[in-house]
Amino acid sequence: MRLSDAPKGAQAVVKTVTDAHPADPIAQRLRDLGFVAGEPVRLVARGPLGGDPLLIQIGSTRFALRRNEAERVEVSVEGAA
Amino acid sequence: MSAATLRVALVGNPNCGKTALFNQLTGGRQKVANYAGVTVERKEGRFVGPSGRTLQILDLPGAYSFDATSPDEAITRDVCLGRYPGEAVPDLIVCVADATNLRLHLRFVLEVRRLGRPMVLALNMMDAARRRGIDIDVAALSRRIGVPVVETIAVKRGGAKGLIERIDSEVPDIQPSPVDQADVDQLHAEVRAILAATVTTARDNVAIDDAIDRWVLHPVFGLGILAVLMFMIFQAVFSWAQPVMDAIQAGVTGLGTLVTSTMPEDSALHSLLNDGVFAGLGAVLVFLPQILILFLFILVLEESGYLPRAAFLLDKMMFRVGLTGRAFIPLLSSFACAIPGIMATRSIQDPRDRLTTILVAPLMTCSARLPVYTLLIAAFIPDRTVWGVFNLQGVVLFVLYFAGIFSALGVAFVIKRLRKDKSEHALIMELPSYRFPNVRDIALGLWERALIFLKRVGGIILALTVLLWFLSSFPGAPEGATGPAIDYSFAGRLGRLLEYVFAPIGFNWQICIALVPGLAAREVAVAALGTVYAMSGSDDAVASQLGPVIAHQWSLATALSLLAWYVFAPQCMSTLAVIRRETNSWRNVAVAAGYLFGLAYLASLATYQIARALS
Repeated sequence: MRLSDAPKGAQAVVKTVTDAHPADPIAQRLRDLGFVAGEPVRLVARGPLGGDPLLIQIGSTRFALRRNEAERVEVSVEGAA
Repeated sequence: MSAATLRVALVGNPNCGKTALFNQLTGGRQKVANYAGVTVERKEGRFVGPSGRTLQILDLPGAYSFDATSPDEAITRDVCLGRYPGEAVPDLIVCVADATNLRLHLRFVLEVRRLGRPMVLALNMMDAARRRGIDIDVAALSRRIGVPVVETIAVKRGGAKGLIERIDSEVPDIQPSPVDQADVDQLHAEVRAILAATVTTARDNVAIDDAIDRWVLHPVFGLGILAVLMFMIFQAVFSWAQPVMDAIQAGVTGLGTLVTSTMPEDSALHSLLNDGVFAGLGAVLVFLPQILILFLFILVLEESGYLPRAAFLLDKMMFRVGLTGRAFIPLLSSFACAIPGIMATRSIQDPRDRLTTILVAPLMTCSARLPVYTLLIAAFIPDRTVWGVFNLQGVVLFVLYFAGIFSALGVAFVIKRLRKDKSEHALIMELPSYRFPNVRDIALGLWERALIFLKRVGGIILALTVLLWFLSSFPGAPEGATGPAIDYSFAGRLGRLLEYVFAPIGFNWQICIALVPGLAAREVAVAALGTVYAMSGSDDAVASQLGPVIAHQWSLATALSLLAWYVFAPQCMSTLAVIRRETNSWRNVAVAAGYLFGLAYLASLATYQIARALS
């Protein structure tokens, strides 16, 4: 499941970050910030207008990611397929 | 530079408390400038260590990675590597990491270690870490990463003592760190291994943030809290500042009178000092209180961690029109004055988003437009109640403010459509933990803003005011002249010439003349109109007498046209000068001045012609 589709408040684990195009700097930055396989993440809140951007917690750090940025992160949610 | 001076560079993630640590180390002994050729702020300070050696501290921009995605990060990387032209390679790197956020910050520490330079790790915010039940085995951490580790509490007096002792002691015993080649996954794996071996967390440490964010980022309450905060800030800026502004105005005028009292009244020097230098000085200084109050709020909100939340709430709306949530702070500042607003765009790391924000910032209604609005509204708009509750004059002022905001959104949207680079630019913004603002850091921040404002703008406005005084004083009126002296001056002739251009939008030659000195600072136009209508007295007196005069001589269409003009007109040399400084490009100045002038002319033309047709 994409991180952008994760249910609010659910614990998830990063599977991978995919490049939206070759040498994608945004995907690279996400990996630098700790979005790598095995890291626990949680969708804390959604923005007030159209549910964008998303507030993502990774470790004890919170990041605001726009929806299309969060779409690059593939996660598995506990108790979901 | 003496051989005994030790050059130390502070590096670290954004929000690691690096700047607070820098303040703690160097106190007020700081030099703020720019890196050569770019507009990234360079902060340097020095102090003498216990051993008598001078330590020169360079506060490098915060970076998440050496894989630079912004000009800031590229500078941090290049300075650390000794590759930045004009910067000597630091003798010692102090890498600062937030002890409560090691999972993120340790990765950058490992990246810095790979440089193989002498380094020390400063574990900052150790007090907060203890409060949150995070227990760090510092000795083990030092062994694992192979560099000395010291604990610091940047916001507490004496909280950097251990660090000072460490960097002041003999450096050579800090060995260059081992260089390894690791990809990003390995680096994270290493971070996890180190954390597992050295850090134990007693409990979930984000409970407080969760509780606050539940309300602050709530779709309804969050926007409500933001609106109330903004309203309070505006109230404070406009009501608290007024007494101080009056005092400054009176003080400068008094000083001018005192200095020039011994000079003959009709001498050129008297006029230059009184009408040129002191009037110009007053025009600059008078905005300082508003700017400081606004920045006090901005700094407190920033230090407490709220401002990135506001950016989070507004990002979607601002993104739709081609801006970014981060543009919220600079645009808010621009309501006091576009100059600190444009300077605040430095917090937008993406150059494209930053340029768009700079270009629309002058459309926010700055406080310098208020004297003009007040004069014209009082003279032409009837003081009566409309729709039962609203005061018509207030409604017009409100419309003028919103005309500015909506046109800024519109212009940003057009820029978004016009630009060739349509690639995706990231938001990816860290929302730091909430914390109590530190008084010392707020005070230093305010002091810094005040100095920058006075230095940069004071020089420019003063020079232009003196120049415009010259233009409106020379050549003097010939013998037996009947009209006001300004008629015969360069400025007067310019006004007559300009009338050809401005007649279609309803401006008479007097307004055209007033527009010329109004270039230096918008509100000067009111005083200039007073001069042109051959009046004397202070600004306030002119404004109150001028009202009836122009109400009698001008048509309503002309007044409305001038109001529309002031919503857009690029009549502020200092704003244009700051755009030049901050973007390093005359082209951007030309673009800004050009589009603002075009919009102003079109808006005034439409207003004048429609108002005439209707009356």
